[in-house]
Amino acid sequence: MFLRLLSDIQWRAAHPRWRRMTGSQRSTSTTAEPHPVSLPAQAQVVICGGGIMGTSVAYHLSKMGLKDIVLLEQGRLAAGTTRFCAGIVSTARPVSVELKMAHYSNKLYQQLQQETGVQTGYMKTGSISLAQTQDRLISLKRIASSLNVMGIPCEIISPKEVLKLHPLINIHDLVGAMYVPEDALVSSANVSLALATAASRNGVQIHERTCVSHVTIQKGRVTGVETDRGRIQCDYFVNCAGQWAYELGHSGEEPVHIPLHACEHFYLLTHPLKDPLSSSLPTIVDPDGRIYIRNWQGGILSGGFEKNPKPLFTEGRNQLEIQNLQEDWDHFGPLLGALLRRMPGLEALQIMQLVNCPESFTPDMRCIMGESPTARGYFVLAGMNSGGISYGGGAGKYLAEWIVNGYPSENVWPLDLKRFGTLQSSRTFLRHRVMEVMPLMCDLKVPRWDFQTGRQLRTSPLYDRLDAQGARWMEKHGFERVKYFVPPGSDLLDLDHSKTFYKPDWFDIVGSEVKCCKEAVSVIDMSSFTKFEISSTGDQALESLQYLCSNDLDVPVGHVVHTGMLNEKGGYENDCSIARLSKRSFFMISPTDQQVHCWTWLKNHLPDDSNLVLEDVTWKYTALNLIGPRAVDVLSELSYAPMTAEHFPSLFCKEMSVGYANGIRVMSITHTGEPGFVLYIPIEYALHVYNEVMNMGQKYGIRNAGYYALRSLRIEKFFAFWGQDLDAFTTPMECGREFQVKLDKGLEFLGQEALWEQKQNGVYKRFTMFILEDHDTDLDLWPWWGEPIFRNGRYVGKTTSSAYSYTLERHVCLGFVHHFDEKTGEELVVTTDFINQGEYEIDIAGQRFQAKAKLYPFSSLFTQRRRKDEVELSGYQRE
Amino acid sequence: MLAASCCDRRMCVCPGPRRIAIPVRSSRLPLLSDAMPAPAHLFPLIRSCEISRIGSTACYCHHKHLCCLSSHFAHSHFRYAPQKKFAALYRPKEHFNHFIHTRDYASTPQRFYLTPSQVNSILKANEYSFKVPEFDGKNVSSVLGFDSNQLPANAPIEDRRSAATCLQTRGMLLGVFDGHAGCACAQAVSERLFYYIAVSLLPHETLLEIENAVESGRALLPILQWHKHPNDYFSKEASKLYFNSLRTYWQELIDLNSGETTDVREALINAFKRLDNDISLEAQVGDPNSFLNYLVLRVAFSGATACVAHVDGIDLHIANTGDSRAMLGVQEEDGSWSAVSLSYDHNAQNEREVERVKMEHPKSEEKSLVKQDRLLGLLMPFRAFGDVKFKWSIELQKRVVESGPDQLNDNEYTKFIPPNYYTPPYLTAEPEVIHHRLRPQDKFLVLATDGLWETMHRQDVARIVGEYLTGVHHQQPIAVGGYKVTLGQMHGLLTERRARISSVFEDQNAATHLIRHAVGNNEFGTVDHERLSKMLSLPEELARMYRDDITIIVVQFNSRVIGAYQNEEL
Repeated sequence: MFLRLLSDIQWRAAHPRWRRMTGSQRSTSTTAEPHPVSLPAQAQVVICGGGIMGTSVAYHLSKMGLKDIVLLEQGRLAAGTTRFCAGIVSTARPVSVELKMAHYSNKLYQQLQQETGVQTGYMKTGSISLAQTQDRLISLKRIASSLNVMGIPCEIISPKEVLKLHPLINIHDLVGAMYVPEDALVSSANVSLALATAASRNGVQIHERTCVSHVTIQKGRVTGVETDRGRIQCDYFVNCAGQWAYELGHSGEEPVHIPLHACEHFYLLTHPLKDPLSSSLPTIVDPDGRIYIRNWQGGILSGGFEKNPKPLFTEGRNQLEIQNLQEDWDHFGPLLGALLRRMPGLEALQIMQLVNCPESFTPDMRCIMGESPTARGYFVLAGMNSGGISYGGGAGKYLAEWIVNGYPSENVWPLDLKRFGTLQSSRTFLRHRVMEVMPLMCDLKVPRWDFQTGRQLRTSPLYDRLDAQGARWMEKHGFERVKYFVPPGSDLLDLDHSKTFYKPDWFDIVGSEVKCCKEAVSVIDMSSFTKFEISSTGDQALESLQYLCSNDLDVPVGHVVHTGMLNEKGGYENDCSIARLSKRSFFMISPTDQQVHCWTWLKNHLPDDSNLVLEDVTWKYTALNLIGPRAVDVLSELSYAPMTAEHFPSLFCKEMSVGYANGIRVMSITHTGEPGFVLYIPIEYALHVYNEVMNMGQKYGIRNAGYYALRSLRIEKFFAFWGQDLDAFTTPMECGREFQVKLDKGLEFLGQEALWEQKQNGVYKRFTMFILEDHDTDLDLWPWWGEPIFRNGRYVGKTTSSAYSYTLERHVCLGFVHHFDEKTGEELVVTTDFINQGEYEIDIAGQRFQAKAKLYPFSSLFTQRRRKDEVELSGYQRE
Repeated sequence: MLAASCCDRRMCVCPGPRRIAIPVRSSRLPLLSDAMPAPAHLFPLIRSCEISRIGSTACYCHHKHLCCLSSHFAHSHFRYAPQKKFAALYRPKEHFNHFIHTRDYASTPQRFYLTPSQVNSILKANEYSFKVPEFDGKNVSSVLGFDSNQLPANAPIEDRRSAATCLQTRGMLLGVFDGHAGCACAQAVSERLFYYIAVSLLPHETLLEIENAVESGRALLPILQWHKHPNDYFSKEASKLYFNSLRTYWQELIDLNSGETTDVREALINAFKRLDNDISLEAQVGDPNSFLNYLVLRVAFSGATACVAHVDGIDLHIANTGDSRAMLGVQEEDGSWSAVSLSYDHNAQNEREVERVKMEHPKSEEKSLVKQDRLLGLLMPFRAFGDVKFKWSIELQKRVVESGPDQLNDNEYTKFIPPNYYTPPYLTAEPEVIHHRLRPQDKFLVLATDGLWETMHRQDVARIVGEYLTGVHHQQPIAVGGYKVTLGQMHGLLTERRARISSVFEDQNAATHLIRHAVGNNEFGTVDHERLSKMLSLPEELARMYRDDITIIVVQFNSRVIGAYQNEEL
C-alpha cells in the first residue's frame, strides 16, 4: 500500500504510551474495543482532530506553556486528508497573512526532525511557478514582489532558466516563471506525527479512536466535550476536524457555523523513471495547465485543480470512508493531458496509482480560524483550501496565540471565522460555491474579482429596479451591491475578457459617475451596511458606548459621531458612525462585513443587563446615499424642509418625511467626503422614496452610481475603510484620526491607555496617501493593494487600497509607512518629518513608480472647484 | 398549388427563355463548393438520378408548365428519372464535367457556420420520445419506449412517421413512411394505416360492438392511442371520408366472420392491401367537395412506402412495402453490437423482387420493366402505396384526369403515362411480413427511411444506437489495478472515451443521435461539427442533393420482460 511509502509509522514504537492498534482497518465504531488509557475528566483545552492542524495547535499550545491539553482523533493520527496530501510547502501565496503562515511553517518543518527525532522527509527543493501568459507572469511578479520584501528569496526567471532547473519541462509555451528556491517537500503525515510527538513530550495527552459526538455550550461558553468514551470538561475546544468541521459544528444544540465543503481532489503517482528523478528536483506548479508536479520516489506525483470539481459529503458523512474513494480517470483526463503537455517525456512512464484525496474548501478561498461568534472558547481551524501543509505550522501558531493571548500576533481578519455568518452555512450555497472556488486555485486572480455562484442571496428592495437600469453587481457578505451602471447601448466586454491588471473597461463609466457626484447628485444604494440599534431604559446605552468607543458620544440628540471601537491595544475592532436618536438610543452604522464581528464584540463587552437592548436592524432599512452638491436641492424639494447647512448641518440626523413616506432617517454623511445625505428608509417605503428621488432629481441631473465611484471618491479623500485599511492592529493615532479620539472625555474607554502611550511616544507606522507620479493610467499596470512601498529605495510598508482619482487624474494608493532601523531592522517611531522627507516608490509587479506622500488630503484642491457654501459641508469629516 | 410553390423558389426563371446553366453556375455552385470542400465527399452522395435532376431542372425552366413539372421533379420526385424524350435534351455527362470544372474555380468569400446550439436546435426540432408508462413501478410491456425524429431535406418533408398503442388488442404499432411525388400519400397512409391494421386485428365481437356504437350514435371504443409529435398532424377535412372507408372495411370483416382468431401476418397484409385499394377507389369515385376531391387525387397520384412494426410481447412483426428498412440491434455476449435485418428492400437491388415483377408480366416486357434500376425506368421502390399511374389502366387514368379538377389537368406529370405501359398494375402495396420472436439479447429496433440507410451501414447503426442506449449509463470506470499502464496509453484511452461521451451526451434521443451521426460523420466515423453545420445550413433547394429526408424510430425493448416471457414458455 502506497500509504506506507508516504508515511513511515515506525515512530510509534518509541512511544509506548500510545496505544498501538492491532487492526489495520480504520473504524469509527470503536466503543467495543478496550482502551488502555482512559480519558481525563477535565482539561483546559480539548482539540478535536489529529491531522496537521490539530497536532500543530497542540504543539504550539504546549510550547506556550499550557499543560492541560487533550487531543482527540476519531481514527488514527494523520489519517485523513493530512496523510493523503501531496506534501508541498509553498510560500507563494497572494494573501499576506497566508504568506506569513507558510513562511513560518517552512521554517518550523525544517528544524522539526532535529527537534523531535522523527523523520519528516523535509527536502528543500524549491518550486517553480510557470506562466503561459503575460497576465499570469504579472500575477507571479506581484507575488514575487511581496515575497522579496518579506526576505524570502524569489526570482522571476526565463523559460531557458526553467529548463536548467528542471530538464523534463517543455518550455515552448512559457513566457516566464517564478522560482522560489526555499520551498520544500515533506511527508505530511510524518510532519503531523512529529508535531504530535513533540506535543506529547510537552504533556499533551493524545487519544486516538476517540470520537467527539458534540460540544456542550452553556451560557455562550464551552463547558465540555462529549465523546464516545465519555465526557471531558474543558474551557477551550478547538475544532480541527478538517472536512468534518462543518458537521461537528452542527452536532451540538447550539450550532457553530463553519462554512466549508469537501471536494474530491486527485493526484497521480507513478513508478520511478528509468533514471530515477532526483529528490532535490524542484516542484513545478503550472497554474495555466491547472497542475502541480513534484518528484516522488524517483517518479512523479502530479495533481491539479480541475475546472469541474466534484464536491462530496454534501449530505454529511456517509458510509464512504476516505480510503475507499474511487479513482476517476475520466475526471483526471484533462489534467493528465496538461501533465503530458508539460512533460512530454513522461509518456512511457508507468502509472502506479491515482489517489483521490478529498480537500475542504471555503467560500472565499481563505482558511477559517478563530473563535466562534456564538460560543466563547470554541475555536476553529479548518478549511485549508488544499494548502494545509503550507499553512499548518503558522496557522497552529496563530490559533495557539489566540487562545493564550486573546489575539494572534498578526492581523488574521482575512481568515477570521467571524467574516462569515449563518448565511454562508447553507449546504447548497457551499456546494455551489466550492465548485467555483476549487478551480480558482489555478485561475488568474485579477483585481476586483467577484464570485459568480451563491449570488443574489441578500438584496435590496431596489434590486430589480437598479438591475433594469444596467447595474453590474458585486457581492459583500452575501449582499448584492452595485459596482457601476452600464449606460444603455454601451457594450462592456464579457467577464472573461474584462479580467485585466491594466485599465479596466468600466473606466469611463465610473468616471462619469464620479463626475456626477462632484457636480450634480448621484444615488448609491448602500443597504448592505450593518445597522444596529442600542437602547436602554436608563443611561446604560450611553455608558456602554462611551466605554467601547474612542470618540465622545455624549452629544446632543440628532448628532452623528464617527468613532472607532478599539481593543485594549488601541486597534480598530470596528469603525462606525453612531447617531444619537434620543437620550437613550443610538443607531450604529458599520461596514457590511462587520455584521458578525461587531455583533460579537458588542455582545462580549456590553454588560449583561436586560434593560440594555442591542438589535440588528440591517434588514429593516434600505439606505440611499445621495452624493453631490445638488443633493440638498433634491431633498428639500421632496420634504418641503430646508436642508442647507444652517438648518441641517453636517453630521446631523433627523427623522423626516420624503415624498409621502414618513419616518425616514436622514443623515448628513456620505462616507465619501462629498456633500450629501444618507437616507435610512424603512424597506416598505424604499421603492417609493427611490422613485421620488429619481423623479425630483431629474432636473438636477441625478443618476445612479455604484461602489466603484464611491471607492474612488473616498480614497482620493484619504478615507480609510475598516477591513481594507484598518484592522485590529491599527490605532486612530496611526491613521491620522486623533480627532476621533477624546482622550479627555472624562470617562475611561477601551484602548485609552494604549492611545495615551502612543500620543506620548509616537507611532510606529503611519497611514499615508501616495499619488503616483509617473504612472500612465492607460498603459501601466494598475495598483491594487498589497504593493510594497519603498522610501529612498528601502522597503517601508505595503499599500492597503488604491483607486484612480478622477479629480487628480492620478492614481492614489493608501498604505502604511514603517520605519525600520537600517541595521537592526527594528521598528522605530514614524514622525511626520520622516514621512515628508522621503522619496517614495510603489512597486507594482516588479515595476517601481514614483509617488508623492501625503498625510492629509488635498482639501484645497477640491474646494477650489466648489461653490462657497459647500465648503463647510465638505470639511465635516475632519471637524 | 404546385405552381405557386414552384414560383416561390429562387431558382425558378419562368419568364423568358433564359438558359438555366447560367444561374446555376453563378448562384448555386459557389455554395456547393463551400458546403463540401472535398469532391470525394460529394459524389458518392449524389446519385446519378440526382445529377440528372439538376440537368432536368436546367432544361425545363424556360416554360411555365414545364417549370412546374421540373420543380416537381427537383423538389419532390427524385425517384423518377427524367423521361426519355426530355433526357435527349440534355447531356448529363457534359453537365457533370462542367459542374466539376466550375467547382474548382468558384471562390468562396463567405462561410457561415452554425453554432453547436443552433445545430442542436435544428436536429432536435422534431424529436419525440415515449416511455411506456409503468404500473406499480414496473413496466410489464416488452417495449420500454421509443425515440423518434426526422430531419427534412425536401421542403416540405415527404417522410411521415406514426406510433400508436392498440387499445382493443395488445401491442404497439410503429411505422415510417417515405413519400414521393409529394407528401399527400405518405400523410394519408400515416393517418390511416394503423386503423386498418387495428381493425384487422380486432375480434369479431369488438367489431360488432364498434359497429353498433356507430349505428346508434354512441361513443366509440377508442381503438388507438397515438404517440404524436406536435408537428405530426392529421387532416381534419378528410377524416369523415377516411372514417367511412374504414367503416366499410370493418362491416365487410363482420360479414366475412370466419370465426378464426386473427393472424397478425394476415391482418397486416390485409390492412395494407385494403388501404391501398381504398385510396385507389376514393380517387376513382371522387368527392363532391372540390378540396377533398383534389386531395384524394393527390393522394392517389403520389406514392409512399411503409415500414411498420407490430410488437406484442415477444412477437415482433415487420410489414414492409418499399425501401424503408427495419433492423434489430442485438447485443452479443461480449457486449458488442450486431444488426439483424428484419425487412427486405423492394427495389432493383433485390433480385427476388426483380424476379417477382418479371413473373407478373409477359416476357415481352422483360426488358422495359426494370431500367436504370427503376420500375419502368421511373420508380425506385418496387412496391408502394398510391402511385396509381403504375396501377391503373391507361383508360382509367385518362378518364380520372380529364374529369378531375383543373389543377390536375394542368399538371404534366399526372397526364404523363409511363412508357412501355402495357399490362398494369405494375405496382402493389402488399407488404412482406417478417415475424421475429424477441430474445433478451434483442435490445432495440430501428425503423428508418432510406435517407438513413443511404449514409450508414446497418452495422454502424447498431453500434451507435447500442452504445448510445447502454454506453451512456454503463461506461465502466477505468481502474489501473495491477496492470502496467503508461501515462501516454492512459491519456490516449481517456481522450477516446471523452470523444465518445461528448457526442453521446448532446442527445437525449437515440434517433437524434443517429441523425447526428448520419449527417455529420466524417471519414473516421465520428461526428464532425463543421461538416454537420454545413450539411444543416444548406439552402432548401440544395439540401436534397446531399441528403434525403431522414425519419427514424428507435424502439427500445425491455430485456427483463422478454426474458420472463421466454422462461414462461420454457
